[in-house]
Parts: sequence; structure tokens; C-alpha cells
Amino acid sequence: MKKHLTIPISADEIKRLHVGDSVLLSGVIMTGRDAFHKWIHDVFINKTIPSTQEDLDILKQIKPLLDEGLIYHCGPVVSGLDSKQYHFVAAGPTTSVREEPYQADVIKFLNLRGVIGKGGMGQKTLESCHEAPAVYFHAIGGAAALIAESIVEVLGVHKLEFGVPEAMWIIKVKDLPVIVTMDAHNASLHTTIQERSKAAVDTLLT
Amino acid sequence: MRDYTNELLELIRLTSTNLPKQVEDRLKAALANEEPGSAAQAALETILKNVAMTRKNSTPICQDSGTPIFYIHAPAFIDRDELTRQIRTAVELATKQSYLRPNAVDALTGTNTGNNLGDDFFPTIHFQTSETDVLTIDLLLKGGGCENVGAQYSLPDDNLKAKRDLDGVRRAALDAVYQAQGEGCSPGFLGIAIGGDRGTSYLASKEVFLRDPDDKNLNADLDKLEDQITTEANQLGIGPMGFGGKSTVLGTKIKTAHRLPASFFVTISYMCWAYRRHKMIIIGAKTIYE
Ligand code: SF4
Repeated sequence: MKKHLTIPISADEIKRLHVGDSVLLSGVIMTGRDAFHKWIHDVFINKTIPSTQEDLDILKQIKPLLDEGLIYHCGPVVSGLDSKQYHFVAAGPTTSVREEPYQADVIKFLNLRGVIGKGGMGQKTLESCHEAPAVYFHAIGGAAALIAESIVEVLGVHKLEFGVPEAMWIIKVKDLPVIVTMDAHNASLHTTIQERSKAAVDTLLT
Repeated sequence: MRDYTNELLELIRLTSTNLPKQVEDRLKAALANEEPGSAAQAALETILKNVAMTRKNSTPICQDSGTPIFYIHAPAFIDRDELTRQIRTAVELATKQSYLRPNAVDALTGTNTGNNLGDDFFPTIHFQTSETDVLTIDLLLKGGGCENVGAQYSLPDDNLKAKRDLDGVRRAALDAVYQAQGEGCSPGFLGIAIGGDRGTSYLASKEVFLRDPDDKNLNADLDKLEDQITTEANQLGIGPMGFGGKSTVLGTKIKTAHRLPASFFVTISYMCWAYRRHKMIIIGAKTIYE
């Protein structure tokens, strides 16, 4: 059975989720990948780069949106760049594990209830999911058009100078299809499958 | 030589938006094979809905339109430099029209050129001479996620107990599938090259993706090995997107390349389910797309 969840998501709702659950997500989320994670980490979390007024303004705008919200690891194809009538043409997930060095800190700093991506993430993120609580939602890699259909509106964009795929797009989604693959109870479908496939490959290669 | 830019643009549009029927059929068969209610089934359903939708709406199947790789068989009258210019123009136009995502990133500065035009290798263009007057251009869009899980093995490999024989090839291939888990957007296809040097081995492992997924290998031993690798890879239970399940690899193709006595490379290229490939054949004034 598919569950429907509306963003912001409460801690209780998150705790009721378990790996393998199919979920349809609705509400406002933000895309963010390598450039975003590095930016927020360097400027606000580690503070290795001094913040500019622009940085502070952006943080002020995104913080309430992301409180109990979600970051989507996605590098979209966007039309309407000249007219600023933005439209997501394709919006599948990108590989999440690249954000592993930052994700746990970013979940904590922004009080996220999870991230959406593909491929799963590591131990540090799993632990932060338990702590937060938060979950990892796996979108279907490559199913870009179907996902784009579930994006009903582009509400705005920050840091377009990162490039279209890397910019921070604020989007409204309706029934975005995802699967829980890491939950707030320390379970990771990725670890289970990895262990199971390891045993199988070892048998085939004896 | 005439201007093929519009025909090339159509080839790019078709490839980015219309998944080949044979690939779709394999995805459908995989769906029928998965457990009802499983995450694997949900993933394949989503994928197939996406495929139907992009074909209908003429939008990219996946947001990562990958590296455009052109394989050309050109008759003598074709000016290769001019055709290269036309391909680059068509790629730029296709990017403007959102059939391709801007994907060419400067290796040092990280700056995206914004138009998919990089240096000599982006887009990648391979020329061969055609014996006839027919110009054929194959286009493969090779995504980044699946490219990252490709692997090259130098045999013998003690850890895998892989010797310089077909069983060694099988061992390398299964290890590559295991290492990839779901990260190449499984279920996918394997392109395997045996031999060559490090460079040509990778080239050959991608070239096999131009074969019809349904054809047979002319070498009976390799044909058997292709089937065996596919069957055994599916026993790993990695499944669509790595969610677990029966469909991990939907097909395997193998090609050999002459090697040096000292080297024995086995190179595995992984192609995600978004196996985007089409062909354009130009005979005089006529253009056919396959
Ligand atoms: S691996 Fe393929 S399907 Fe997955 S995101 Fe990349 S191009 Fe798309």
C-alpha cells in the first residue's frame, strides 16, 4: 500500500516509516546537490568561508521552508530560463553518496526530516536519521519525466550561478513517488541487499 | 556535402526521448517477473510509466542525457570536419531545446559550458569508413551514474580467482555487477570487452551497445557466456535500483579485441535501464531512423 505524506512531516510520522515502504510525497521541497551542500557546510556549518549578506538572505529564506522538510538530490533539466517562466522538464534523482561527508550535519543544521535521492547513503547519515529523526527516500533513478509531472510549480531559485543542475530550486510537488530505503530505526535496505548479494556472489565465485 | 544538422537534431531528439522497443520489452518482462507489492515492482512500474510518457510528450527519458557518443560510417564523399561541425551545432540546438541537459563540465574549474560542447571528446565522435554510399550515424547517450560503475580488470586476478580464460571473464563481470549494486540504475545491460589495451578495451565495451539487444553472438562460446553472465548476475538479488529483486541485468554483450601477449584486460561498461540508442541511415536524399 502506498502512503501519502505531506511536507512538513512530523517526527512521529517519520518514525512510523520503515524500509521498503512506498510513499507519495506532497508539499514544498528544495533541490540541492554538491554545490549546495558544500556551500552550506563551508559558510554556515564549518564557517571556513565568511558569509556574505547574500548568503545570509538566502539562508533566511530557505530555513523555514526546510524546517521538518526535505532536500532533493536532483539536477533538473529546466526550460524557460530566458523568460524566467521556469518549468521542470526532467527531474530524476542524482547519486546521493557524494553528499555523505556533509549530509548528517546538514540534516541537523536545517532540522530536515529527510533527503530524497538515489543509491542510498552511508553509516554517518543513517545514524543522523536515527537521531533527527529522518529518513532516506529513494526516488526512481532516471524516471525523470514522471517525477517532473509531479512537480506542479517552480516557486523560485537560489544560486543559479551554480549552474542549472546545481542551483537550489524551490519546488512544489504532488504525489512524488519514492521508496523508504533508510529509516529512523537504523535499518538500511542498501546494507541488507549488499550483504545478501555478497553471499550470493561468493557462492558463484567459489 | 549537404547540411545534415536538422536530421542530426531529430536523431538526438529521438534518442533522448524514445526508448528502443527491445529495451522496453525487456523491462516489461522484468516487471511481470517481480513479486507483487515489492519495491522492485514499484520501481519497474514507475520506469515503464516514465518511458511511455516521455515517448508521448517528446521529453528526455532521464534528466542525465549523458555523454553523446556518435558512431559514424561515412562514405568517401563526406567531409569529416564539416560533419563534425554539424554534429556540434545539432548538439547545441538540442541542448537549447531541452532534449539534452548541459553536461560538459571543465575538468579543472568545474564550469559547465552550458551548451554541451566541450573539447575534442565532448561530444564523442568515432569515424569509420563506409564501403558504400550510405551514411550511417549511431547515437548512444551514456549516462554518468552507470558510467561511474564501469570497471576494468587486469587478469589474472588472485582475489577473484580469475584466470586468463572465459571463466575469468565471468568472474570479473559478476564482481562488477556486485560492486555496482543498484547505483548504475539497474536493471541494466553489460557491455564486455576481452583484450585490447586499457583504452581500446573501454571503447570496445561501449561499442557492443550498438548491437541489437536481441541478436546472437556469432561466436558460440561467447553467446553461451553472455547468457550465463546475465542469468548469474540476476541470482545476486540486487534488483531494480538495488531494492532487491530478480531483475538486475537484462542483457550482456561481449566483444573481443586483440591484446598484447603481456596484457589481458576485461572491461565492463554498464548501461542503465535508460539505454538510449538510435540509428540514422542516409541514402541519397532519404533519411531513415531506426
Ligand atoms: S544512470 Fe542512467 S537512468 Fe540513472 S540517472 Fe544516469 S542516465 Fe539516468
